Amino acid sequence: MYLSTIDRPRGAPRPGRRGALTAVGANVLVLGAVSLLTDVSSEMVTAVLPLYLVLTLHLGPAAYGVLDGLYTGATALLRLVGGYTADRFRTRKAVAAVGYGMSALAKLGLLAAGAPTAIGAVIVADRAGKGLRTAPRDALIALSVPEPLLGRAFGTHRAMDSAGAFAGPLVALGVLAVAGTTAAAFDALFFTSFCIACAALLTLAVFARDHRDERPAAPAPAPRAALGLLRGSGTRRLLCAATALGLSTVGDGFVYLVLLRRQGFSTGWFPWLAVGTSLVYLLLATPFGALADRYGRAVLLRWGYLALAGVYLLLASPFPGTPVTLACLCLYGAFYACTDGVLMALAAPAFPPALRTTGLACVQTAQALAYFASSVGFGLAWAAWGPATASGAAVVAVAGALAVTVPALKDRTVEETSA
Amino acid sequence: MTQQLTDRSPAAPAAPPSARRRVVAASLGFTALAVLAALAVVGARPDPSKAVAERGAVSLRPAAAPLQTGPRLVALSTASGSQGRLVAVSPEAPGAPRAVSGLSCARFDAAAGTGLCLRLDGNLTTYQMTVVDSALHIKDAIPLVGVPNRARVSPSGRLVAWTVFVTGDSYNGGRFSTRAGILDTRTDNLVPTLEDWPVTVAGRPYHAKDLNFWGVTFARDDRRFYATMSTAGHRYLVEGDLAERRLRTVRDGVECPSLSPDGTRIAFKAARGGDPRHGWGLAVLDLASGRVTPLAEEHSVDDQAVWLDSRTVAYALPRGRGHADVWRTAADGTGRPRLLVRDAESPAVLDTDRQG
Repeated sequence: MYLSTIDRPRGAPRPGRRGALTAVGANVLVLGAVSLLTDVSSEMVTAVLPLYLVLTLHLGPAAYGVLDGLYTGATALLRLVGGYTADRFRTRKAVAAVGYGMSALAKLGLLAAGAPTAIGAVIVADRAGKGLRTAPRDALIALSVPEPLLGRAFGTHRAMDSAGAFAGPLVALGVLAVAGTTAAAFDALFFTSFCIACAALLTLAVFARDHRDERPAAPAPAPRAALGLLRGSGTRRLLCAATALGLSTVGDGFVYLVLLRRQGFSTGWFPWLAVGTSLVYLLLATPFGALADRYGRAVLLRWGYLALAGVYLLLASPFPGTPVTLACLCLYGAFYACTDGVLMALAAPAFPPALRTTGLACVQTAQALAYFASSVGFGLAWAAWGPATASGAAVVAVAGALAVTVPALKDRTVEETSA
Repeated sequence: MTQQLTDRSPAAPAAPPSARRRVVAASLGFTALAVLAALAVVGARPDPSKAVAERGAVSLRPAAAPLQTGPRLVALSTASGSQGRLVAVSPEAPGAPRAVSGLSCARFDAAAGTGLCLRLDGNLTTYQMTVVDSALHIKDAIPLVGVPNRARVSPSGRLVAWTVFVTGDSYNGGRFSTRAGILDTRTDNLVPTLEDWPVTVAGRPYHAKDLNFWGVTFARDDRRFYATMSTAGHRYLVEGDLAERRLRTVRDGVECPSLSPDGTRIAFKAARGGDPRHGWGLAVLDLASGRVTPLAEEHSVDDQAVWLDSRTVAYALPRGRGHADVWRTAADGTGRPRLLVRDAESPAVLDTDRQG
């Protein structure tokens, strides 16, 4: 139980006594603001990149497809490197700042890159920055609040994060509405994106606090110790859960494509499916985080799986109509709210403080790799059996994930592994 | 030993001087960034004084008699100040100043007095397909979903075809797909996508989920057409029949076909070594003999060529960011490519008897 006793600031608010915003702590709000700004910056580029590539750089579909495939998997290793570096030099904030900085510079790189290969390099730099910063940032969040409030803290952070993802495309539309769609307008858009990314970096540098004073002069963890992390049964169970989670998630794109095929609505609605899901996620992330603190994070994780199974069941079902689509999006957003931040809140206390960032990076990497594998698998299943049967198979995968996760993550895992 | 985080809120009234200094410095930084971004956006606004909007100065009407001087061309300008505008190019002096219309498009084609303009639909996330008459008055508009990629008008001006590029940035698993549609402007009969039509590959019925179509080119009878169909790593030339609504493959490895005025040959692009990552080479296929003649252009050509006449094809090559030039080269593979129109793309020939 040392985590909760050491990390809880004396006299810090107890859960429930004050409002959620003050309870999660200023540092979480600062990190949430950094993520919000960064997501506005990167989503405004993502939203218009296809437009830019085709209209301004005159790239055809095939060239674009090649570009898009470049960055898959390129970030998995960097995530682990980032996590271990942050632990080794006990500077999570600095590593996170390097990650945020790389993504900011990538926006500037878009101004200079004209050829497809250069654009590809810029995209890889952006992704690499994201890979580098995620684990140190989550470790900073974990250090910012007492352990019983972790669910709420991660929930609040994820809500702010997805608010940024939600706002990014709108900002991009605003810029293009003012400046047009000439090459100069895209330059202005990329520069604006760079400025917003710099504001995020400034926020991080000035206001975010690293938690360096928890233990004076602890020896830096050796690489062997990082490897030893994998031997702990707690870690293995978390990795199991993360992998199961990744394997049972077939990818947003597929969910929306199956919805599109089955419900037969106009393709113009396609982008709105993602918007609807993020809206639900944004609204539910904080309350579900608080519920996780109260009733157990593993419990919420299980509810998340059930919501996901509900999504796939609806996709496999023959029921038509808007209510089914709306139910799908609500369940899908709820699934994210039950799992994304909650898994980190569950994982963070399970690792010794000196190797926490490495541990979080391991969990995130396992999840990402499994997710990649399941997307490929679902694509093949779709091609072979059709969308309905493939969705049915996804329900089976979720059931399998539940069967693996339930015994692996009993509640109060937190106490068991850290006591 | 643990410091309280809750009282470190930057706006706390009792913040020590150093904290206050940090807040001031950060605020100055935010303001500077906001000013820089605003300046960049406002500075990128198109200058209305530079835009020449002489609507009607460009006409799509074919000349009454064949001209001695060469084909009359329209194209989309890529020059700063008139980017995206439809311009008319003098056949005698393609480099000379040109008439600029008020019509802006992302892709354009024209034949027999009918123009097809794929353009942004005000709301920046969507496009529309617009059919214009020879005076550039809008006759018909249909919303499109996706980024326009190819536009083609049939030789009679009756049929129009378009390809959009349905990208799925974050939501399509990183893959692209295209959608090709055809509209009969006389009957308003619409084919929203070719994906629903039955297909035969090498004579056998073929079913797959991954069919993508692009680059339609029409025959003179307003019934047959050619297009590219991709499936399972192949890029087939397909022949379609609008009356029977069927498609059959003709040949593998042929993209973005363009039928010659006499209907015997197809100019196309082919991925070098079968891999689009190595770029595309331009070639001409003789339909009767199946003989393929590579053309003299050595640059990668990612465009659907047009026939200037029965001996010459034209195509756009990108130059730097946002610019392109239209080049021409002999259809029999001889000679060297020559610059036809500087700072332009989407060329369309108004008065040859070109086809497709």
